[in-house]
Amino acid sequence: MKDIGYYKGKTARQNVEEALVSAKRHEDYHALLSLTEDRALERADMVDSGQLTGRLAGVPFIAKDNFLTLGGPTTAASKILENFEAPLQATAIERLEAEGAICIGKANLDSFAHGSSTENSAFGPTKNAVDPEKVAGGSSGGSAVSVALDIVPFALGTDTGGSIRQPASFNGVVGVKPTYGMISRFGVVAMASSTDVIGCFAHTAADAQLVTAIMAGSDPKDMTTLPDYFEPSKDMQSKKLKIGLIGDFMTDDTDEGVRRNVKEYVERLKTVGHDVQTVSLPMAKYSLAIYYIVVPAEVASNLARYDGVRYGVRHEGAKTLDDLYGLSRDDGFVTESKRRIMIGNYVLSSGYFDAYYLKAQQARQLLINQFDALFESYDILLSPVTPTTAFGFGENTDDPMKMYLSDAMTVGVSLAGLPALSVPAGVSDGLPVGIQLIAPRQEDARLFDLASSMESSS
Amino acid sequence: MLSNLQLADDEVEGLRADIDGILRYVEQLDELDTSGVTPAYQVTGLRNVYRQDVVEQGSVGRTELLALSPEQTADQIKVPKVI
Repeated sequence: MKDIGYYKGKTARQNVEEALVSAKRHEDYHALLSLTEDRALERADMVDSGQLTGRLAGVPFIAKDNFLTLGGPTTAASKILENFEAPLQATAIERLEAEGAICIGKANLDSFAHGSSTENSAFGPTKNAVDPEKVAGGSSGGSAVSVALDIVPFALGTDTGGSIRQPASFNGVVGVKPTYGMISRFGVVAMASSTDVIGCFAHTAADAQLVTAIMAGSDPKDMTTLPDYFEPSKDMQSKKLKIGLIGDFMTDDTDEGVRRNVKEYVERLKTVGHDVQTVSLPMAKYSLAIYYIVVPAEVASNLARYDGVRYGVRHEGAKTLDDLYGLSRDDGFVTESKRRIMIGNYVLSSGYFDAYYLKAQQARQLLINQFDALFESYDILLSPVTPTTAFGFGENTDDPMKMYLSDAMTVGVSLAGLPALSVPAGVSDGLPVGIQLIAPRQEDARLFDLASSMESSS
Repeated sequence: MLSNLQLADDEVEGLRADIDGILRYVEQLDELDTSGVTPAYQVTGLRNVYRQDVVEQGSVGRTELLALSPEQTADQIKVPKVI
């Protein structure tokens, strides 16, 4: 395992060259859409000559291809942005670069982050790092696989309903979904603005915490960022906690092998002195229904800007402006994006707004209330990340509802804006199983402490 | 129409079936009594953010932005005839 420490003490050029070789050697997995080789080597030389220093000096990383970066295309794995070269960089990328980190390439994703397997990428799916016959998970599948394959020690993703946590679980790495508003989203392709967050994948909780801490903090360019609050902990030791296991996610709907691993993790928590009780979250069963009203509504609004006029790919030969919009968008979006845009506009339309959108936002408040009530008695909540381990290609593509169900345990956390980690817990039939650790808003540090102390106890 | 998507004929039926299925699924929210509940439009207690009304020079210039558009003429973005 090549964690961040592995890259210290070698030259930045060695690090970047090694990562680029590894990326090319693992091309079959299709984890990456492009390499930013020239810019990466240029920056490596700046580190080696002492012009560039910092906490991540010379450490290579990969960003999901919905982060705007210089030195190559930013496509969001879509046809409509196939030729797009960003004129500026995301704040998160800028902050990592200011600490000397070096982006070597862009990772595959479900187009516009719409999906849970990376099968919705306009450029073909990513293979699972542990079993290439299985999906990578998604939507940040390429980022998770890049870390799991040891191409880079950390990678960036975005999580709107589980898009970091689920692929982290499927590939056996740590995945961070911070509190809503902790990290600036400026320069990241928007999906659903009320739940989108930026986060990272890493091998260890300590590495994930370092990367998170560097990206965290308010940004005048993203008015939804919270005032600076994240204080990474130093000793990464966890005091004795009251932990609630969400019983609603441990029913027969969850694979036996997943449940077994969760129970074993709970036993380990108890062994080191934590108090774990099973708790009930009755609104959990409605979270997916809320999510698939609220999120498509926001998707429809955020994707209205892709019109073939100001940037991106335009349909050739359209005779009128309406045709230009309609045909460019039909060419440029994958089916899943079209589904979400149409549902979104339907639930927002004047005749249906109250019945769908308003109702969903009220139900969302009930869900938030139940989470908040549990956090009055518990420090941390725990559940599986997904009901199954990584599934096969094509297994869930015939019916969108089947695919959506793989996010049943993660979307509620997103709707409530809570921080969560996905941590590797074990394997079931050779495939990784992840545990979701959830904390109250702005208590992200508690998660890193617990995850790190559990890593050293195993 | 609202979505500005000119779907190909063979796409329409599949999407119709998918969307019907999704709408049927989300209708389970009808079981919930939400009367009097304030909708959760945001989750972190956000307030309006104000700033000084001054022009800031962005990092990206006009020429660079124009160059991103698929078709330009005389320093402007070109589109088909509107009326």
